[in-house]
Amino acid sequence: MKFLRMKPGHGEVLLAEGDPSVQEDEERLVEEFRRQLDEGMWAAVPVTNSGSGRREAQMVKEFADIPPESERVIFFPRASGG
Amino acid sequence: MLLALLALALIAFVLATLLALPRIQQWRAERAHRASREPVGPFDQLYDPGRERRAEQRARELLRSCVNEEEWGMYRDLGFIRVAGRHARREVDHASRAAYAYLVYPHKPIVAYVPQSGQLLSEYCVEFPDLTGNGGRHRLPASDDVLAKWMALTSDEDRVIRRANMHLIGRQLDPARVRRDLWRLAEWERRRGDRQRVPQSHQ
Repeated sequence: MKFLRMKPGHGEVLLAEGDPSVQEDEERLVEEFRRQLDEGMWAAVPVTNSGSGRREAQMVKEFADIPPESERVIFFPRASGG
Repeated sequence: MLLALLALALIAFVLATLLALPRIQQWRAERAHRASREPVGPFDQLYDPGRERRAEQRARELLRSCVNEEEWGMYRDLGFIRVAGRHARREVDHASRAAYAYLVYPHKPIVAYVPQSGQLLSEYCVEFPDLTGNGGRHRLPASDDVLAKWMALTSDEDRVIRRANMHLIGRQLDPARVRRDLWRLAEWERRRGDRQRVPQSHQ
């Protein structure tokens, strides 16, 4: 699983990578996940809707909410009125 | 008397200059050394003319890997993506086409409209500023901005719409231009449909 973050002037940046089934990796990923949310990021996982077959995103607020088969989680700044 | 005073003043000036000269030279040398070591500002230090282009290229690849083929083609060819609204006014809308949809532009408001009639509903001004500090840059690359809107709308439409500032059409976007984009989208879909039908008719 990869944690990517959108960054101004960079495009996406790889924050962390690991296998959540390995305890050491999972702890590292959980820590990074919390750090990103603490910095005010939103986290989303691109998924395919099982009903319609369409691509969409699933917002995740807890590490445990990440679908187990996910290959990446994308962190991006939260929305504000423009 | 006046001549004597002028001569004294001249001598004092010359002496003061001679005394101050070494200090002035030292100050100039230190200033030149500082200028060669320290950047004037964050952009002077990090300036790279290809950086934004490379960032946008990476952002496009990320967007392409997340959205479906039709949405990617729409963005590549037209410069915006249509996202269907999740709420239905009537039960029948659940089964048929979406009652409303959004046009997602990079770094411009999201436009809500009715696909069946083409009626423009409203503009939702929303941005995704990265305030964590990155050399003064807060704005995501254009394709990342589109992807952020797409992810927010497809995952939690209500939340992003609540956070956006809603305005009537015309506040930031020219309604005529949006209508033209809807016409371009319709033409694009017609041509795409034709292209997809051609291989089938040959079989």
